[in-house]
Amino acid sequence: MKHVANWALNTAAVGGASYADVRVIAQRSRALSTKNGKVGSASDAESVGMNVRVIADGAWGFAASADLGRAAVEATAAQAVEIARASARVKREDIRLAAEKPAVAEWTTPHKIDPFSVSVEQNIDLLLKIDAELRAVAGITLAETNLNFNREEQWFISSEGTDIHQTKITTGAGYAAYAFANNEIQKRSYPNSFGGQWQNKGYELIEELKLLENARRIAEEAVALHKADQCPEGKFDIILDSSQLGLQIHESIGHPIELDRVLGMEANFAGTSFLTLDKLRTLRYGSDLVNVVADARPEHGPGLGTFAYDDEGVAAQCTPVITSGVFTGYLSSRETAHMVGLDRSGGTLRAESWNRLPMIRMTNISILPGEKPLTLEQLIASTDDAILMQTNRSWSIDDKRYNFQFGTEIGWEIKNGKRTRMLKNPSYSGITTEFWNSLDAICSRDEWTLWGTPNCGKGQPQQVMGTGHGASPARFRGIKVGSAFRGN
Amino acid sequence: MLTFDQSADIFNRIRKLSSADEVEVLFTGGRFALTRFANNVIHQNVAEENHVVSVRTAFGTKTARATTNKFDDESLRQVVQSSENLAKVQHPDPDLLPVPDPAEASGPANAQSPSRFFRETAAITPELRAGGVRKIVGVADRHKLTTAGVFSSGELFEGVFNSRGLSKWHTQTSAEVSITMLAADSSGWQKANSPDVSHLDPLRLAEVAAQKAVDTARPREIPAGKYMVILEPAAVLDIVGFMFWDYSGMAILDQRSFLTGRIGTKLFGDNITIWDDVSHPLQAGVPFDGEGVHRQRICLVKNGVVDRVVYARATADRMKRSEYKDRVGPIAATGHGFSLPNEMGEMPVNIVFAPVDNPQSVEQMIASTERGVLVTRLWYIREVEPFEKMLTGMTRDGTFLIENGRVQGGVRNFRFNESLVHMLSNVEAMSTPVRSCGEESFDMVVPAMKVKDFNFTEVTKF
Repeated sequence: MKHVANWALNTAAVGGASYADVRVIAQRSRALSTKNGKVGSASDAESVGMNVRVIADGAWGFAASADLGRAAVEATAAQAVEIARASARVKREDIRLAAEKPAVAEWTTPHKIDPFSVSVEQNIDLLLKIDAELRAVAGITLAETNLNFNREEQWFISSEGTDIHQTKITTGAGYAAYAFANNEIQKRSYPNSFGGQWQNKGYELIEELKLLENARRIAEEAVALHKADQCPEGKFDIILDSSQLGLQIHESIGHPIELDRVLGMEANFAGTSFLTLDKLRTLRYGSDLVNVVADARPEHGPGLGTFAYDDEGVAAQCTPVITSGVFTGYLSSRETAHMVGLDRSGGTLRAESWNRLPMIRMTNISILPGEKPLTLEQLIASTDDAILMQTNRSWSIDDKRYNFQFGTEIGWEIKNGKRTRMLKNPSYSGITTEFWNSLDAICSRDEWTLWGTPNCGKGQPQQVMGTGHGASPARFRGIKVGSAFRGN
Repeated sequence: MLTFDQSADIFNRIRKLSSADEVEVLFTGGRFALTRFANNVIHQNVAEENHVVSVRTAFGTKTARATTNKFDDESLRQVVQSSENLAKVQHPDPDLLPVPDPAEASGPANAQSPSRFFRETAAITPELRAGGVRKIVGVADRHKLTTAGVFSSGELFEGVFNSRGLSKWHTQTSAEVSITMLAADSSGWQKANSPDVSHLDPLRLAEVAAQKAVDTARPREIPAGKYMVILEPAAVLDIVGFMFWDYSGMAILDQRSFLTGRIGTKLFGDNITIWDDVSHPLQAGVPFDGEGVHRQRICLVKNGVVDRVVYARATADRMKRSEYKDRVGPIAATGHGFSLPNEMGEMPVNIVFAPVDNPQSVEQMIASTERGVLVTRLWYIREVEPFEKMLTGMTRDGTFLIENGRVQGGVRNFRFNESLVHMLSNVEAMSTPVRSCGEESFDMVVPAMKVKDFNFTEVTKF
């Protein structure tokens, strides 16, 4: 693909671009799903294309094409320069990129089993077995399962001499059981809601998830929720399971630390951020037990935010975001790094596909586990009166990332250190920094899971991105519970 | 851009490569460009072109789909093979129907959507978009505000061909302007789109957004509670959009629809009548569904009574054999199906609220409100409880207190938890429906609404 990149880079240079980079991407995906005993969707897709990103006259231009022929590539590069010159008509200062030593590298997602090497028959057989197990439980009215695989091979070459070839492999799987009765729909999902668990890993993830082994329990819980008491309303201590805490991190830490949001670049769509620049290293974001990192390095785990280099050739890094409760770091790019006094980008620029502009995205935004050994059962045993909430069902937050409300699929009352009755329709709400400052216990490494959110939306035109979130279950004191159901 | 003739040729090549009993090919793609601005400068500016061919093959009642954006002979051979290999290992689907023939897929003889392709819109250049942005920035500078937003344009095509001789083709242009104006502690927003760029007035949108930002400066905090609320059309669109996934025969069969057991019942107020109508002059979009079947004009709700839901062909067939068949109103294919195979069935996507006999403008609604809240838009809406359609979300970018018939200034934004069943049963007044667009739902023709007892449960910090 270097010849494709060179056509584009040469055209951009001749056109007067002071910087140019080219990404050529080949993506392949497989999506399989079942519903109530039948295959719901079965598709195989590939998409190949290239894009050129340039700085000309001090402003950005970007153009993308699916045609990799020389004439089309050169025309695309010329178009990018033309667009940059148009951008320059409405600018105040020139784009400034933080320096980055050009890298020459090859990298592939570590994996044991190429998911595309596993036969479709085997995939469907597994999904239908799970489906049968779910529907074997009386009261289940709808059973949905899904398996998803993705491979993205990217060549990134820049006018600075960077030349990186990366291949990322993603695997995702999950299921949901619905029970409709008496004008009420209850739902339970496994291993997580909205598509399940996703990691940058091979098919070995499917084997680790123990999907079939958990199906009966999940279905039984969906039915049992109809007989459960409504989650009470009021101020309670709550324990969040690690998957719900992962989404809490995504919404109330991951998004507000995106520096482009902070600087107003997402104001028209995704919003801005309460984390104005004066809050760096001054804001008490959470309690002393809150330590959060943005870590794209493979050693953090096979998260959806794991890679070797981001989409502008910056090596994966670990940025401390919250350190003993104090806000210590943003997600930055080559363009934005200098705005917070950084000499180097934090390496977080990624794009969904060849036809999308890379932008600052969460990598793996994870809360570090507690240092003292603490299992979930031990955490429950140490709690007098609380509500344990598991598996997200609804989520919503304001456009500066202050006020949030979450609902989960299931809850459990905790009384005197023991789980007692099941609760339905649990929900909780709060203000971001007040919430994180109420964390007073977090489980240790054995309870920590690196969850994957495959569909984080941002940007215009909108694009989705996979993000990783590691979390252990944790306890929060004095949280507002149940206001979602203060109905009419 | 791929043309009908080129696509027909590609289809014939694909058909020759396939050994399947049936072949269906979807073509989608086009050109799209977007100029994005923030902090009063253009900070992102993009353009793309892509053409996609998606091949579904069927061996008896086993079917699967493969997709590519490469059109050389080898790539077409591979996509056909990929689809066939996937299809052959599927389990037979007893509900799968043969692909429709042209007669089955056609609409009434006089059925015709207006043309939605405008050359002037297709010809918009980066310089023209930049010029438009400069004018918007000029409005911001004059009001001492910061502006962010987009100006986009594009042309797209969509086509369906199948081995029974069906061939459908649609082209359309699009233009969109979205503007946020920000002050120190307030903001305003406006957005509009149309297939025809001459219908857009970016300067007027900029002025309205700017005035909202100016008028909501120094917002006061008022307590959460139930309020008389005036929702501008974009706010109505973004919240009601969450219920249309349920107006689906498949959703009834799956027992995941809030209309289960409610078709034929009065669920909303008398003043709520809703159609799905792709040919409405203020609508846009493809006039056929994922199998190429003509999209019919369907009345979903009449005077508050849920009249019927929409159906893909196979869903209609299944519903006629189901235990629900006598309780769901008319059952027939309506041309709203998603491309096969899928698990969701169908949904209406060209919503038009019928006008009321005595519409009121937003100004008239304000004048008749003793105490209430005027809402520009709603944001981050998610479903909390599916059967009463309880939704949560936030107000954003221009939320005003109304007292004694006048706007009194800005208020801090609210979180709401509100049931659509309750909301649409408590609409006291509506404006004339207009073409509207938001961020949480698809474009619709909707009115502004004055709603009693809208439930704001919390206040945020701005």
